[in-house]
Amino acid sequence: MQPVEQRDEVEMLSLMLLIRRFEERASQQYQAQKIGGFCHLYIGQEAVVTGAIAAVSDDDYVITAYRDHAHALARGTTADACMAELFGKETGCSRGLGGSMHLFDRRNHMYGGHAIVGAHVPLAVGMAFAIKYRGEDRVTLCFFGDGAINQGSFHEALNLAALYKLPIVFICENNLFAMGTSVKRSTSLKQIVDRAEGYDIPGEIVDGMNFREVRDKIAEIVDSIRKEPHPAFLEVRTYRYRGHSMSDPASYRTKQELEKYRLDDPITRLRAQLTREGKLTNEQFDLLDKRAKETVLAAVKFAEKSPQPPLDTLYDYTYADGASP
Amino acid sequence: MREITYRQALNEALAEELERDPNVFLMGEEVAEYQGAYKVSHGLLQRFGPRRIVDTPISENGFAGLGVGAAMVGLRPIIEFMTFSFSLVAFDQVVNNAPNMFTMSGGQFNIPITFRGPNGPAHQLGVTHSHATENFYASVPGLKVCTPATPRDAKGLLKTAIRDNNPVLVLESELLYSSKGLVEPPDEELLIPLGKAEVKREGSDVSIICYAQTVPLALKVAAQLEEEDISAEIIDLRSIKPLDEKAIFDSVAKTHRVVIVEQDHPFCGVGAEVCYRIQKNIFDQLDAPILRVSQEDVPMPYNERLEKAVLPNANKLIAAVKQVCYA
Repeated sequence: MQPVEQRDEVEMLSLMLLIRRFEERASQQYQAQKIGGFCHLYIGQEAVVTGAIAAVSDDDYVITAYRDHAHALARGTTADACMAELFGKETGCSRGLGGSMHLFDRRNHMYGGHAIVGAHVPLAVGMAFAIKYRGEDRVTLCFFGDGAINQGSFHEALNLAALYKLPIVFICENNLFAMGTSVKRSTSLKQIVDRAEGYDIPGEIVDGMNFREVRDKIAEIVDSIRKEPHPAFLEVRTYRYRGHSMSDPASYRTKQELEKYRLDDPITRLRAQLTREGKLTNEQFDLLDKRAKETVLAAVKFAEKSPQPPLDTLYDYTYADGASP
Repeated sequence: MREITYRQALNEALAEELERDPNVFLMGEEVAEYQGAYKVSHGLLQRFGPRRIVDTPISENGFAGLGVGAAMVGLRPIIEFMTFSFSLVAFDQVVNNAPNMFTMSGGQFNIPITFRGPNGPAHQLGVTHSHATENFYASVPGLKVCTPATPRDAKGLLKTAIRDNNPVLVLESELLYSSKGLVEPPDEELLIPLGKAEVKREGSDVSIICYAQTVPLALKVAAQLEEEDISAEIIDLRSIKPLDEKAIFDSVAKTHRVVIVEQDHPFCGVGAEVCYRIQKNIFDQLDAPILRVSQEDVPMPYNERLEKAVLPNANKLIAAVKQVCYA
C-alpha cells in the first residue's frame, strides 16, 4: 500500500504516456486486423484513470466498462498482458477469452472490463458490500461513461449503495457522447452529477483534463469514505479524441470541438505544470515518451509471438470445478 | 428420519450453511423483517442478524448484480427471488454476468452464488407470475439448475448449491412448500450432489421422467396405473443441469418406453433435450416413440378451468403412458 502523497507525478505522467502510446498502437494493430471484434480507445481521457489511481491504494477495488485498456494499465497489468489479450492470445490477462472489453487482473485488483452498459455498476456495489461486510479498510472505484446513467441497473445500484452506506466512488467519465448520442440528447438533466442528488449521494464535478484536480478530488473523497463508509459520485468532464470504437469516424461532432479539447490535452497540461515547477526537463520528457513507445512496441511483439489458447482447453473455463454438463 | 415440510427443509439448509460459513449471506425482498414472503427464511434474522440476512428494495436487477459482485471478491451470496418470474427483471445479471465471469476473466473469477426461490406455475397467479424458467436457464453454459421435489431433496440440494463454486439456481415450487416428507435429523449432514437423478419408484413397463411439481403428479399416476397392471418407474431428475444421463439411460434400458412430464413449455423445453439424448444414445432400446407432457404452448390464463387445461395433469399423463405402452 502506497500513500497518496508518495505517488510521483513524473511516474504518473509516464503512465499517461504509456496509455496514449498503447492506444495508438492498438489502433494501428486493429487496422492491421491483428485485433478483432470491438476496440474502444481512451485517448484524451488519460488524466481520469491516472488521477484516480494516484489517489488510492494498490488493494482498493477497480472496475470499469468496456473502454478499459487504460484502467488495466493503470492498475499495474503489464502492456504485454493487455496487448496479448487484445490479440486473443493465451498470455493475455484474461487468457485471450475476454478480449478488449474484458480485461481482468485479480492480482492487481482489476475487476474488469464489462461490456453491457451499466451492468457492472451493481457488481461494483456488491464489491463495496463485501468490503463493509468484512469490515475492511478498502474503497471501490466504479468507472462508467455518460451512456450508463440512463440504465436501470445504474439507478438500482446507486439506491442500494446509498441505502447500505457502502464505500464506493461512482466515477462518471463524461466524454459528452454515448457512442454517437450527445448527453444533451440522452439525458434529461442539465448536469449529470444531479443524478447523485436523487439518491442522497454527495456529488461533485471535476475537470477530467487536469490530472491534479482529479487526483486531489478523489483523494479527498476516499479519505472521507475511509473515515465512515458512504457512497460518493464524481462527474469527471473529459473528452475522447477518437470515435466511440474503431469503426466510428465520429461525424456527429465538429473538428473545431475536437481541436478545442486537444488544446487542453491532459498530457501536455501535466507536462507543462511539471516543467514550470522545474520537476521535468524536455529531455526527461522525451525519454519517458521513448520508453513508453518501446514498451508498447515490445508488447506488440510479445502478443504476436504468443500462442493461441489451446483448443483442448475449450471446456476448461465454463465451470470452476472443470465439470461440463 | 423425521417428517418436516419442504419449507422447513429449506430453512434448515439456509441456517446450517449460514452457521457453517461466515461468507454466506441471504439477500432478497422481505427475507429479513417480514420473515420471507413464503416464510422460508423464518427466524433467520433473529438468529443471524441484519448483516447476514439482508432486506432489499424491489430491485431484482440491482441486488442480483450486487450478489455477483460480492461473489467476485469471495463472499457466497444466496439471492432469493420472491418468484423466478421476477428473475426475468434480473436476466442480464443471471445470464450475462454470473455465468460468464469465469470465462471472460480467463478463469480468474468464479462466481459462487445461489439464486433461489419458487419457480413454475402455482395456482391462478396469472400469466406474469407463472413462469417456469428451468429451460431458459439450463440453456446457458456456466449455470447449474436444480429442481427439488421433496423436502429431503430441497435440503440436500440447497446445501450443495451454496457450497458449489459456480452460480447455481435452486428452483423451488410454491405448491410444494407445505408438502411433507422424511428428512435426516439436523445433526446428520445431508448433501445431495447436483446432477444425480433419483428413482422415486421402481417399475418395469414405462419410465416416467419428471422433476419438481411433476414428481408428485407422476407418483400419483403410477399408483393409478398399477391398478391397470402397468408398472411405471419414476425418475426424478432433481437437477436439470448437469443432467444425469446415466440414470435416464439405465431406466430406459429396463422399460424401453418413456414419457417425460415437465412443467415448462413444449418448445425447446427440458423434455426436448432429454428426448434427444435418449434417441441419440440408446435408440435401439426404445420400443415406442418418446412422448412429452408439458404445459400447452400458450401464456398462462388466469381462469382456473383454463389454467388446469394448460398444465400437465393425470389424465394427460395416463393417456401418454398408455400410448407408449400400446395399451
